[in-house]
Amino acid sequence: MIPVLAVQRFPPPQFTETGHLLPPLTGPLSRALTLEYLDVAVLLGALALAAWLALRQRSRNWLATLGIFSLLYFGFWRKGCVCSIGSIQNIAQALGDPSAGVPLTVLAFGLLPLVFALLFGRVFCAAVCPHGALQDLMLIKPVAVPPWLEHGLRLLAHTYLGLAMVFAATGGGYIICQYDPFVPIFRFSGATALVVAGVALLVVGLFIGRPYCRFLCPYGVLLGLAARLSRWRVRITPDTCTQCRLCEQSCPVGAINPSTLDAPVRDAAADKRRLVWLIALLPVLLAAGLGLGGLAGTNLARRHRIVNLAERVHQEDLGLAADTTDASAAWRATGAPVADLYTAAQDLRRRYVLAGRLCGLWIGLVIGLKLITLAIRRRRKDYEADQARCIACARCYLYCPQELRRLGLPVPEAPPSALEGVVASDRPQAEAQSRS
Amino acid sequence: MKRRDFLGGVLSGTGLLGLGALLAGLTRRRVRAEGTVWQIDPWKCTACGRCATECVLEQSATKCVHAFELCGYCQLCTGYFEPQPNRLNTAAENQLCPTGAINRAFIEDPYYEYTINESLCVACGKCVKGCTMFGNGSLHLQIRHDRCVNCNECSIARACPAEAIRRVPARQPYLYKTREGPA
Repeated sequence: MIPVLAVQRFPPPQFTETGHLLPPLTGPLSRALTLEYLDVAVLLGALALAAWLALRQRSRNWLATLGIFSLLYFGFWRKGCVCSIGSIQNIAQALGDPSAGVPLTVLAFGLLPLVFALLFGRVFCAAVCPHGALQDLMLIKPVAVPPWLEHGLRLLAHTYLGLAMVFAATGGGYIICQYDPFVPIFRFSGATALVVAGVALLVVGLFIGRPYCRFLCPYGVLLGLAARLSRWRVRITPDTCTQCRLCEQSCPVGAINPSTLDAPVRDAAADKRRLVWLIALLPVLLAAGLGLGGLAGTNLARRHRIVNLAERVHQEDLGLAADTTDASAAWRATGAPVADLYTAAQDLRRRYVLAGRLCGLWIGLVIGLKLITLAIRRRRKDYEADQARCIACARCYLYCPQELRRLGLPVPEAPPSALEGVVASDRPQAEAQSRS
Repeated sequence: MKRRDFLGGVLSGTGLLGLGALLAGLTRRRVRAEGTVWQIDPWKCTACGRCATECVLEQSATKCVHAFELCGYCQLCTGYFEPQPNRLNTAAENQLCPTGAINRAFIEDPYYEYTINESLCVACGKCVKGCTMFGNGSLHLQIRHDRCVNCNECSIARACPAEAIRRVPARQPYLYKTREGPA
């Protein structure tokens, strides 16, 4: 056991003979604040450039180039920290705990992409996020994910966001940073399990466009919500849509909503009945989320070090644990009263239960609204990019014959051969054949 | 289509206002102009050695530093020598440091000065433990900011059993031990 306060057991010498001077105790400075602001400036510049390239220039090549720059700068040079995905945890912690502050640069990283998403859609995902740029580079042959799987897996991201907010707001750690699969690749070092996860995601990403962004990224959920409201957005065709269906399979992230003009006729009465049932289900889901979230909160609180420590100290005091852990030994050495520890742990557990309930409500709401929106029949004349899911990568533009005409490029008569074998249609195969 | 555009404009305006309100709410007290970095509070540190292994860097960003104003310049330094050393000299078998990262220099009788060779130090904390247990506790661990990549969540902070690692203002990135004791 080390005494926490050192004692001057040996008086420091005077050096009367030699007049020896004590060497100074200095250390290398931390990164200058101006450089931190430079990062924000680069982020702002990259966002503006990405918005211009995606919506105005409509240039896939330049967007990809900007993506490589972002990968090199925010990824390999800045080692992926601080990133916009992680910064939402700092903001959540500052909101949940009045004593925790959030540096201006971190706040800027968290909010600037959201502001851009509100105005221009997910241009951050297109070419500014190093995680997205890395996966975009790996994508060689996108395979369509069936819609039921796509919608199901996207719930993972919503759940991840909810859990991350629970842990961040209660001071229980930043799980988005802790389990980030790509930052170890940017650093060339990290926990083995995470490096394996990152490489596995990249291998999956050879065939499934951006698996992390679509199915896991918690920040993508927020960007998608903001992008739903966006003022300017990706339009596949620069002119009028001719329903030629050439763009149908061009999207690597499955974000193109097909035209409903030639969709099979459905029984309207049955649709209406289903919708009523699903709307009635929403309060049930919310109540279930509330209850389960509260239960989960109690268990999640055990992950917090104070709660964990209090339980351990309690066990030791009852004689259930023979020895001490490093943490309990360090706590005992401080001589703090045990009542304070228990009060702090109980307070934390209450906060976890509250946060868990909110998280449960959020997940229930997401599932309920997803079911309702899936049941609502929408009429859509044109092929359109889904505002929430479109990552503005600009791949679809060149598939549109109107775009080729605009650029003065030759318009192919038949669909490009690269599209063969890619199955993205969720409508009956027979119908597609009868059309052609 | 026009009605839709109008509604979209109203919604995105509302969203922007919401973000602005969030920003304003945070700015009241909680936004700091300055960044933060991670640092070890040496008065809380128990020299458990996790800093050496839990950092995301292959070689930890933590190093041992020496607060000379606290040091007793002992001839028999319990941070430098193994318990019951054969001789009080710089031979490797007498040294506590597994990498020989501490230099021992004679100043005047009976005082010796101990300096850390940071390029060899692996932050195992053995010398810190020896010095704090039996000496003045002048050797202590600090995160060096030429090495630290300033992760948003520090993995040694997560592993620290004594909760000794916290965010400090980037302008004063070190928490050196001084004669005044803990701040």
